[in-house]
Amino acid sequence: MSELTLTVIKLGFLAVLWLLILSVTSAMRADLFGVRPPKQPKPGREAREAARQTRQPRAGKGTPTKAVIVEGPDTGRSAALDGRPVTFGRGGDCTVPLADEYVSTQHARLRFHDNQWYVEDLGSTNGTYVGNQRLTRSTPVTARSRFRLGKTVVELRK
Amino acid sequence: MSLDRARARLEPPAADSIVPRRGRGTELILLMFAIGIATFAYINVDLGALGRVPPNALAYLGGLTAATGVAHVVIRIRAPYADPVILPIVVTLCGLGLAMIHRIDIARETTHATIQLTWMAVGVAMFVGVLIVVRDHRVLSRLPYLAGLAGLLLLVLPLLPVIGHSIRGARIWINVGPMTFQPGEAAKIILIIAFAAYLVQTRDALALAGRRILGIDLPRARDLGPILIVWVAALGILVVQNDLGPSVLLFGIFVLMIYVATERISWIILGLLLIVAGGLAANAVVSHVQTRVDFWLDPFIDPTGQIAQSLYGLAYGGLLGTGLGQGRPELTQISESDFIGSALGEELGLTGLISVILLYALLASRGLRAGLLLRDPFGKLLAAGLAAGFFLQVFIVLGGVTKLIPLTGLTTPFLSLGGSSLVMNWVLVALLIRLSDAARRPVPASSSSSPAADTAVTQVVRIR
Repeated sequence: MSELTLTVIKLGFLAVLWLLILSVTSAMRADLFGVRPPKQPKPGREAREAARQTRQPRAGKGTPTKAVIVEGPDTGRSAALDGRPVTFGRGGDCTVPLADEYVSTQHARLRFHDNQWYVEDLGSTNGTYVGNQRLTRSTPVTARSRFRLGKTVVELRK
Repeated sequence: MSLDRARARLEPPAADSIVPRRGRGTELILLMFAIGIATFAYINVDLGALGRVPPNALAYLGGLTAATGVAHVVIRIRAPYADPVILPIVVTLCGLGLAMIHRIDIARETTHATIQLTWMAVGVAMFVGVLIVVRDHRVLSRLPYLAGLAGLLLLVLPLLPVIGHSIRGARIWINVGPMTFQPGEAAKIILIIAFAAYLVQTRDALALAGRRILGIDLPRARDLGPILIVWVAALGILVVQNDLGPSVLLFGIFVLMIYVATERISWIILGLLLIVAGGLAANAVVSHVQTRVDFWLDPFIDPTGQIAQSLYGLAYGGLLGTGLGQGRPELTQISESDFIGSALGEELGLTGLISVILLYALLASRGLRAGLLLRDPFGKLLAAGLAAGFFLQVFIVLGGVTKLIPLTGLTTPFLSLGGSSLVMNWVLVALLIRLSDAARRPVPASSSSSPAADTAVTQVVRIR
């Protein structure tokens, strides 16, 4: 058995040993991303899932280019979405100042990140809603998505 | 309202809405990988030391496959939701241990590897037995005091005149017919079960009563009873059996479990203080401990030169090791047992030794993970205790071998030569498998969805 062969075998063994550790750790990832059970798991979660499905049809998927106000006192106004954050609120310093009395001074924000627009609540009193769900975190939105703040409903369009 | 909102954000994905994958297929693939590594190691040893492929390599592969296959099938039947990575890690460690024992056999012309292989078969049999007999881990919590008593009895068994037996100065063996057995290994598991059951009953008193001084919650004096009893027991074992390892391990496990049960850092501080106090006292009184500390501070005054040889071996191995079969691990005394860590470090190098330690860490983390997922406090504590105890043992023995801490006689789980240790560690793994199965088993659907279940006081759970 030549010296070279033994060295190659030695390095090969170490490589295989570490490969096992890598496979074990990647198998452990399955723990974090389990599978959904076949039975009804939790009504709340399902409903939310369903609401998102109806609100954001697959056909409308794409990057929106403008936000149009479709309901409320400011109906008809729109703002261009060019990548910069867009804020909504009653305050004059917002990108889109609203006259709606049920809207907070700084109410909600549209933010562009990784080719995806997100809507997030800025700690408003009455909340921002996508479907029936009050936002608690940044929520991705696509063209034809709608969200509601106060009595105002904003729709994203291509 | 903001608090509610923050909570909603922090809430983990609802545990009962996601079922972990069973992972039996993953386990099978990883097991084949592990058996492959074990056989590779065995062949590599012969190639390196003798320059030939071992004639019985296929038989070895077959034997390993049969043993692990049985374990895998029993898991499929008895614990289908068990964690898929536990068994493959254990098989890899066993394979590495067997290869290294075989390697030292070649150098010393002994036949320990065959014995160890037999013990591994016994271990797998015990593993299967535990999985079949213990269908639900909660039955283990029924008799805490009896379990504690049984554990202590096992610990003092070697001191009895006829069956007790002393090897290398440590009186921790008993004679069972022609064989010797270390009851301490069994006592460890039984005592962990007893601790878990005891702490479930008393943790509120341990956690809540007491005064707060300097930002540390001190327990009440009367709640100190159990920790002091275990401390005295550990020191007692140390003094009469002349064995440092088990006493440190036992006390360490107990302190860690109290900490897990109460979430009070004061118990860790108290435990460390007691360990330091006990260590100083033992150092002053027990000559055996004194020698160990002296050898730790200056390995060259040790006539056997164990630690010095072990360090030479590790240095000779370097980063990538000498290659299996090409080092001189036989120069270290008892390198097939306590010092197998340094033997592996010599032939596999730092790279290999770190991978071994990582395997232990992954195994312990799976135990803790099962503890996190489990829904009953006894199971949580038992899983945490088994995992912590396991890793503490690895730390104590590898720390001793690498001269980080004074050397204490403990086996390296699954690697070291020694039947009682190997068999009892297989039992420990069986318990971990049982616990992880209970942890990952989905909650019966009725309990989460139907409103009636919230009002029902008891829940009927069918255990397969």
